[in-house]
Order: sequence, then C-alpha cells, then structure tokens
Amino acid sequence: MSSLFKKIALVSMISTGSGLAAANDLTVVAFGGSLQEAFEKTYFKPFEQSTGKKIVRDSYGGGLAKIKGMVEAGDPTWDVVQIEEADMELACEQGLLEEIKQSGAPNIADVVPENVASCGVGAIGWSEVMTYDDKKFGADGPKSWVDFWNVKKWPGKRGLRKQARMTLEIALLADGVAPADVYKVLGTKAGQDRAFAKMDELKPYIQWWETGAQPLEWLAAGNVTVTAAFNGRIAIANQQGSTFPLIWNQQIYGVDYWSIIKGSKNLEGSYALLNYMLSPQAQTNFAHTIPYGIVNRKALAELDAKTLDSLPSAPTHLKDAVHLDTAFWINYEEDLMNRFTNWASK
Amino acid sequence: MSATTLATLVVAHRKSSRNKRLTSVFLILPLLIYTFVFFVLPISMMLYRAISNPEINDAFPRTVQALSKSTQRDQSIPDDSVFEALEQDFTLSVDLGLMGSAARRLNYENPGYRFLIMSTARHYRGKSPENKGSDSAKSRLITLDPNWGTVEFWRDFNNASHAYTPYYLLAALDLKKTDQGIEQVEPEKRVYTDMILKTLKIAFIVSLLCLLLGFPFAALMVRASKPMQMALLLAIMLPFWTSLLARTTAWIVVLQDKGIVNTLLMNLGLIEHPLPLIFNSFGVYIVMVHILLPFTVLPLYNVMKSIPPHYMRASSSLGAHPIRGFFRVYLPMTLTGIGSGTLLTFIVAAGYYVTPTLVGSAREQMLGYFIAFYTNTTINWGMASALGLVLIVCVMAIYLLAGRLVGIRQIAGLK
Repeated sequence: MSSLFKKIALVSMISTGSGLAAANDLTVVAFGGSLQEAFEKTYFKPFEQSTGKKIVRDSYGGGLAKIKGMVEAGDPTWDVVQIEEADMELACEQGLLEEIKQSGAPNIADVVPENVASCGVGAIGWSEVMTYDDKKFGADGPKSWVDFWNVKKWPGKRGLRKQARMTLEIALLADGVAPADVYKVLGTKAGQDRAFAKMDELKPYIQWWETGAQPLEWLAAGNVTVTAAFNGRIAIANQQGSTFPLIWNQQIYGVDYWSIIKGSKNLEGSYALLNYMLSPQAQTNFAHTIPYGIVNRKALAELDAKTLDSLPSAPTHLKDAVHLDTAFWINYEEDLMNRFTNWASK
Repeated sequence: MSATTLATLVVAHRKSSRNKRLTSVFLILPLLIYTFVFFVLPISMMLYRAISNPEINDAFPRTVQALSKSTQRDQSIPDDSVFEALEQDFTLSVDLGLMGSAARRLNYENPGYRFLIMSTARHYRGKSPENKGSDSAKSRLITLDPNWGTVEFWRDFNNASHAYTPYYLLAALDLKKTDQGIEQVEPEKRVYTDMILKTLKIAFIVSLLCLLLGFPFAALMVRASKPMQMALLLAIMLPFWTSLLARTTAWIVVLQDKGIVNTLLMNLGLIEHPLPLIFNSFGVYIVMVHILLPFTVLPLYNVMKSIPPHYMRASSSLGAHPIRGFFRVYLPMTLTGIGSGTLLTFIVAAGYYVTPTLVGSAREQMLGYFIAFYTNTTINWGMASALGLVLIVCVMAIYLLAGRLVGIRQIAGLK
C-alpha cells in the first residue's frame, strides 16, 4: 500500500532523525496511522504486559532505503518491521532480512500457508475493491468490474489508482478474464495490449487517484460515482458516517508481512513478539479492532460471522479474488509503468 | 628612494597581499568545502551512476571472463566452458545481494530474466561445485531453464556485462541500442521525450504567469505604505510557510466540483454545471503559480526598491507619456529582477512533481515523478540519475540561452 504520503513521511523522518532506540530494546516498526494504533492496542501493549519485556515503537513509510542502510552499516536498530510483499521479496534476495524459522514462533504452524514466506510471515491482508455512491445508485449499484465499465447504466466518473499495478488486473477482469488467469494473460504482449485496449474504452471517464484517502473524499464530494479503493479506507469512511458498500467480488488481495531485520540483536525477543502476534487470541482481537485480514487459521475459524464478513481474507471474499502477484510485478513493473504513463498522458 | 628600500617595499607589499589572499581563501574555505561535498560530489556521482554498469561483472566474474576468451561471441550460444564458469559463479556466490542486483540489471534488457537468474541461483544455492552429474554444464543449465540456451539471452547478457553502459542515458531519451545501431523504442513506450517537453512547457507557462502577476505586485509593494507593505509581504510569503500538502489540499477544497468557487458561482446563477477547475492543467497552473510567486516577486521587489522614483518624474517632466516612460525608463531598469526572478521560478518549477500529481490529471505528469519512482519504488538509481541528468542539461541550456539574451551577469544580479 505504498503511497506518496508514505514517501514524504519517509523523507521527513530521515531528515529529522527520528527513531532513537536504545541498543538492546526490542524495536518494532510499522506503517503508522490507525493501523499502528490497532497493532498497539492488540499486539504491542498486551505483549509487554504478559512478558514484562519492553518494546520501542517506531513508524516508517515503507520502502527499502532505510533498512538497506542500517543492515549495510552493520548496526541494525530495528528488529521487527511491517513490510510490503514486493519489498520483502527484494530485501530477502539481497540478504537484508532474517530467514523465518518456524521453531522460533510455533504459531506459524497455524498461519495460512500462502502467507508464510522465507523472510516474513503475514501481518495483515488488505485489498483494492470497488465501491460506489450509494446515495445515487441505492442498492442497485454496480456489482463487478464489468459493471464498473458500464457508464450508461451507472453514469459518472470512475476513480482508479494512477499506476499499472492492480489497475491492469482490473482492466482484464472487466474484459472477462477469469481471476485465476489474470497474470497468465498479463505476462504476454497480447494480454498487455488487451488490458490497454480495455482501458481505452473507459479513459474519458477515469479520474486518477494517488493516495488512499482521495477516492473516498471524491466519492463523498460527488467528483466520482464509482471507484476502486482500499478496503481499510472505505471502512474508516463508513465509521465516520458514510455507508459506501464494499463490493468484495473480484477484489485484488495483497498481504503485508512481518519480517526480522538481518543481524537483529534481539532475535529471541523478535520471535517471541511474532509468536504473540500470530496467536489466535491476539489475531481475533486485532480483527475486531480494524477490518484488515488476519492470517491465523484457528482465529479465522472462530470469528463471528459479522466480523469475518468485514475482512478481505474471509473465505467467501477470497473465492473470486485476484491475489496480487508480486513476483510478476517485480519483473514487469518498470516496463508496464512506462507504457501505462505513456498511455495515460496521451 | 634607493633601490633596496623599493625592493623591500615590494617584498613587504607582496607579503601582505599574500596574507590577505590567504585570509580570503581561508574565509571562503567552508563554502568551497560545502559546495564540493554537497554539490560537485553528488552531481558527479549522479553522472557516474548514469553510465556505470558493474552488476553483471560483480555477480558473474568467471562467466564474463570465460565469455571474453570464447571465440564464438555475439551471434550464438557460447560453448561449455562458459556454462561451467556460470555454474561456478552460481555455486561460489556468497553474497545473494550481488545476484539480486545482477538479476535486476538483466531484467532491464528483457522482463523475465530476473526470474531466470533468481530461480537458478536458488537451485544452486548451498550445492558444492564438485557435485556434478554426467552430462555437461550446458545441458544441465538448459534443462533447468531453456532460456539459458537462447541466442537472445546471451546477446543481452553480453550487452549488459560491460563496465559502462549508454543504456540509461539512451533510455532516458526513448532510444535503445540494437544490432542495427541506435533506434527509437516501441511507440507505446516512448514516454520521456514527451515528458521532458511537457515539463519544460509547464515550467515556462508557470514562470510567465508568475511574472505577469508578480510584476505589478512587486511594484505595488515598493510604493505602498509601511503597514501595507508588511501585509503584502505576508500575503506573498504565507504559502512559503505552509506545508506543501496542506496548501495543495486547501486548493482542492476550493476548486473541486462541489468546492467553494463552483458553489458560489452556481448559487449566483452564473453557471449551471460546475466548471472543471482542478485535476486538469488549469489546477496545476493555479496551484504552482501560488506556490512559486515569491520566487518571482522577491527578486523583482529588490530591484524595484533600488530604482529612484525621480527617474519616472524626470521622464514625464521631459514630456514622455507615462506608458512611454514605463517602457523606456522603468522596465529596462527592472530587467535584472525579471531575469533572475523568472529563471529562478523556472528552475524550481521544472523540478516539481508532488503538486502536479495531486492536482493535475495524468496529462500533467512531470519528469520529477519518474525520477522519484525510480529512486524510491524500483531502486533503479541508474535510470533516476540519467533522467536527472537530462533535466539538468535542459535547464542549463535554457540558462545559457537566457544568458545570451539578457546577459549572465544581469541574471545573477551582478549588474
């Protein structure tokens, strides 16, 4: 969920030199905001209370620059970090993260297998879904990405994220590609042409968003009538009084990870924290606090129906989901981003 | 005066002036060091990064050496000795980070090579080099992944293995090197030349608008009473003291479809449908002009302040119409301010990317957006440097052109 704001936050953080952690305290770093408040409430504080260990908290804006810097300097001040999947893969290849061993945190055994990677274990599941102006369309709103393209039946501007990743997937879904085949199609020249041709159809109606808050503001202000948005952002808007529907059908599902920085001086403490955060009880509490996906299968099985239905990782919501393929995007991002920008600016 | 006293005097004079020179060098030493460390060094590093190409050599030293010895370079698949070296590079590699960088570098040549390198590296990781089967290294690797046996891969590998590469600089101009020479890239991927032109166009229009608004404003400031002057100065400096994001968001609130301006106009019955004021070029210009106005106004104000008011009085007492007086007397004396203010605005505007991204449409994307994308998102610093270099060269060219027209010393405010 990288965004411009995160980058700006990162730059300002580096320049103000925040994060002065004492050498031997367990330091955990996440993306800040309401998400970090939920971590604090359900993970960090209870962990301190139950173990008597002290945690130093910090936040960062994502990206690898700072992690790379501290590992290469040989003196990592962070221990556990929240990290985007693509960044985790890149960092893992470059030897910036510890390999995660199940023996360190036994609860990993209960985690959904796709969310255990060699250098990280799933922290939250999030997704890009469709939502629309319910005051305008009522209950009879668009129900799929095919409907998203139907500007006759549901008139008005469409909000989409201004980048190739996740947007080209949506275009292929709108063109009738099955969720399971999206990356197979997008990996070929013909498939890429197909995605851009589909985008051409909608082009005059698209209003591009850059940060996660924008599409909800626009929806509320009436600038767009249907938009793609992050599920967490819609939930926050709805907590503040809106009633935007979440169309889980064909959501694009992604996962952020917890990783341990290579050379951490608190390996044992880090694993203890990981294990605590992955425990069924902590995961259940987290899911009740904020509507992001959890990864422990036991916790998922025990959630009440209402809470489960608010999570992107609910089995019914995952049925037709496209799982964001980070390996694909590490390979193709620059190439497709060039083509996308060129296309968008014409 | 005898010759000896003269000689002593000359020596003493030289000595004292040498001391003075030393003192002045000593005084500007911090500045020199500062300029070197924070200006010359980074720019040279950027230059170097835009052409340096060490990744393949670092990760595959044995393969590159074996390739250079091999006789059948270029047009075919290399012989077994190269594949044996390749296997050694994979098994003996201790630093996975080097492999990762090389994989990324090769991926620029053709998306997909990254997967080839990383999956092969994972396959060989931890295996001892002695542990060989009965068939050749070549067939082992090709069985693992048929891409190892393609002519295209080895041509690209060869291209990417030189210590220096024109790849990034060419790519920054939508060009690429092929077997036939230098060509333009596929039409759907030509993105940078257009974007450079657009960046310069936006910067030019913004500087022009700033001048049109800033000139009368600065003139008013010079003539206004002290308290009024303070109020005007505050008005112009206020955007400087607000955070960029707050300022930009405020404009969105004012200009959007249900924003203040549109609601007012609609309530007054002047328009029926909201005017598109934001998320287009109009929005970009209005917000950028707001932010950059001080860069034009302050140099102009400085110059205008030093123009004695009696010059204009003299021109009208000699019978010149005020308009004629303005163009013949006042305007020429403000040229220094116009030159330095406009150029400053232009240079700052050319580097903008957050504002156009937030208040413009996809058509107003500026080059800085891509520099930030390559620096932060894909960590392709070679490409970021090449694009930065192109931007610097363009701005320098315009600076020199303006210098020709107005005079460099005037732009710098030395005259």
